Amino acid sequence: MAKRVLMKGNEVIAEAAIRAGCRHYFGYPITPQTEVMHYMAREMVKHGGTFVQAESEVAAINMVYGAAATGERVLTSSSSPGISLKQEGISYIAGAELPAVCVNIMRGGPGLGGILPSQSDYFQATKGGGHGDYKNLVIAPASVQELYELTVKAFDLADQYRMLVMILGDGTIGQMMEPVAFKEKEDTKVIEKPWATTGLHGRAKHNTITSIYIDPDDLEAKNRELQAKYREVEEKEVMVETMNCEDAEVVITAYGTCSRICKNVIRQAAELGIKVGMVRPITLWPFPTKEVARVADMASVKGFLDVELSSGQMIEDVRLAVNGKKPVYFHGRMGGNLPTQKEILDEIVKIHKGEI
Amino acid sequence: MAIVFQKTKGLTDKPFHYCPGCMHGIIHRLIAEVMEEMDILDKTIGVASVGCTYNNYDYFSCDMVQAAHGRAPAVATGIKRCKPEELVFTYQGDGDLASIGTAEIVHAAARGEKICTFFVNNAVYGMTSGQMAPTTLLGQVTTTSPLGRDAETRGYPINVSEMLSTLTGAVYIERVALFDYKHIQEAKKAIAKAFRVQQAGLGFAMVEFLSTCPTNWGKEPIEALEWCKEKMVPQYPLGVFKGKDLEV
Amino acid sequence: MAKVSFQEDLCKGCGLCVYACPKKILVLDKERLNSKGYHPASCVDLNQCVGCAFCATQCPDSVITVER
Repeated sequence: MAKRVLMKGNEVIAEAAIRAGCRHYFGYPITPQTEVMHYMAREMVKHGGTFVQAESEVAAINMVYGAAATGERVLTSSSSPGISLKQEGISYIAGAELPAVCVNIMRGGPGLGGILPSQSDYFQATKGGGHGDYKNLVIAPASVQELYELTVKAFDLADQYRMLVMILGDGTIGQMMEPVAFKEKEDTKVIEKPWATTGLHGRAKHNTITSIYIDPDDLEAKNRELQAKYREVEEKEVMVETMNCEDAEVVITAYGTCSRICKNVIRQAAELGIKVGMVRPITLWPFPTKEVARVADMASVKGFLDVELSSGQMIEDVRLAVNGKKPVYFHGRMGGNLPTQKEILDEIVKIHKGEI
Repeated sequence: MAIVFQKTKGLTDKPFHYCPGCMHGIIHRLIAEVMEEMDILDKTIGVASVGCTYNNYDYFSCDMVQAAHGRAPAVATGIKRCKPEELVFTYQGDGDLASIGTAEIVHAAARGEKICTFFVNNAVYGMTSGQMAPTTLLGQVTTTSPLGRDAETRGYPINVSEMLSTLTGAVYIERVALFDYKHIQEAKKAIAKAFRVQQAGLGFAMVEFLSTCPTNWGKEPIEALEWCKEKMVPQYPLGVFKGKDLEV
Repeated sequence: MAKVSFQEDLCKGCGLCVYACPKKILVLDKERLNSKGYHPASCVDLNQCVGCAFCATQCPDSVITVER
């Protein structure tokens, strides 16, 4: 019977990484994720691992790049402005096809913004952020238990697909404390990495890690390989939670902290006689397009309400998936403010009454 | 007759793309020769940077990682922390190391990362066609200082070896040149010493090479070599700035 | 007795070996071009060669092999 421990989200991320076999952490302080780094500073040494507080987020992501080139499991964490700094390195990691896990505990933006939670880095995470045609696998946990389980899974996915997996949390998830049930031992997959630069040691040919292909045919071929990989990830790695959508009149789309708030709203709406369901994307990329489309097809559904801590970013992917079949409405808060259950319920009532 | 000099196994068969008379070719060869002679080709991982030598991962016969502009010392840190038994070096130009990469080289040195940096200073940006570098001399004409570098608007050159030698973590720093056989042999000894410093786990080691850029200086190769000797040495004196008496 | 041999098609005609040779027996052959379009270096008086390898040491392109 697994023991349950009360732990802060940020610390759980670090503990999960260690349990997944990560022995190298490179980071830089930034609110509200610094506890990830503090935990690693204390704990990594106990596992004979590497802890480096780098001179900047730029340096940290490049240390990740170097570490990943050797085939080791490696983690970095930051928050919105720091993730902006990392975009160059993330593009290089994508181009060089290196496995890595990067955590963004989102805060208010743009610019220096604020230190309270937001979800305004959805575009940055899922549509690029860095230059070039690439994708990161983006996972949005909605509880501290999910932070643990999905961070462990992130390392397996990163190794399997040789790409960066981003854990997209927000300040609330990072800072809150919830009980977590840890397994005795993780059954993480150990993958051979014959491409890694580990020193020749008798290997016939030297390995090179690079993302530059000067010849346009070579670069196009490389990009087609990357795209084929992304199609495979889209096919196989979508994670989504759909609740209460059968016979639902209004369907909420929300992820992370917002989905927690919306779960309560579903109950409250039921008390008012309105059947509300929710599609909660867990992978933001690949986005659960098929699932949203399936729900959009349901005859009972009058409309969607997308709820985000932003001006509306995921809503674009929702609209693409809904494909014009049903209206998609939006409710969002910014600056670190969270929507109240009442605000969301009021919108649902309006949609139900046809007042919007 | 016995062979007294032939191409080292530390270099691959690929012909260098560098301009005629560019000394990157000499420096690559010296590093490769040292790796072969010290029998460390099998356990060395090099980090290529961005500039004319962006693709020198095709020239060295060891595992190579290509890094973003300026970030090689951070990439090397990641590699060395993961694989402390391997020898790790970075190969960087003056834009990569002294401009965009200033933070990374200072902090890798300050942390005493057990890596070697081979820093090629030719006082100009080569690959991107001749812009001013942090190491461009006062009065030197470049594409972004067409009237000659003036201190008032374009500041002063940076002496990287002297600057880094103030850091405790940097244990061996030497500036060398490639003017003739004697200087080249000194440069080669410096490279070997840098690797031995790393093998002994003493800390950060750097060799700064005064080099030429015939194309962007607008000079023939021999003329460029003479200019380097005459004009660069007064600003960038040769010698050991740190770790002269290290016993490795 | 010493000998230098040149892999001519690697030569870029930079002239550094000519500059470096203490016996002044290397030239860039202005009468012909190699496959790269450069005037390749060669030795005009092998009898004078002492196998010092100054030329090969100065060459950026590993063109020269020296035997003694």
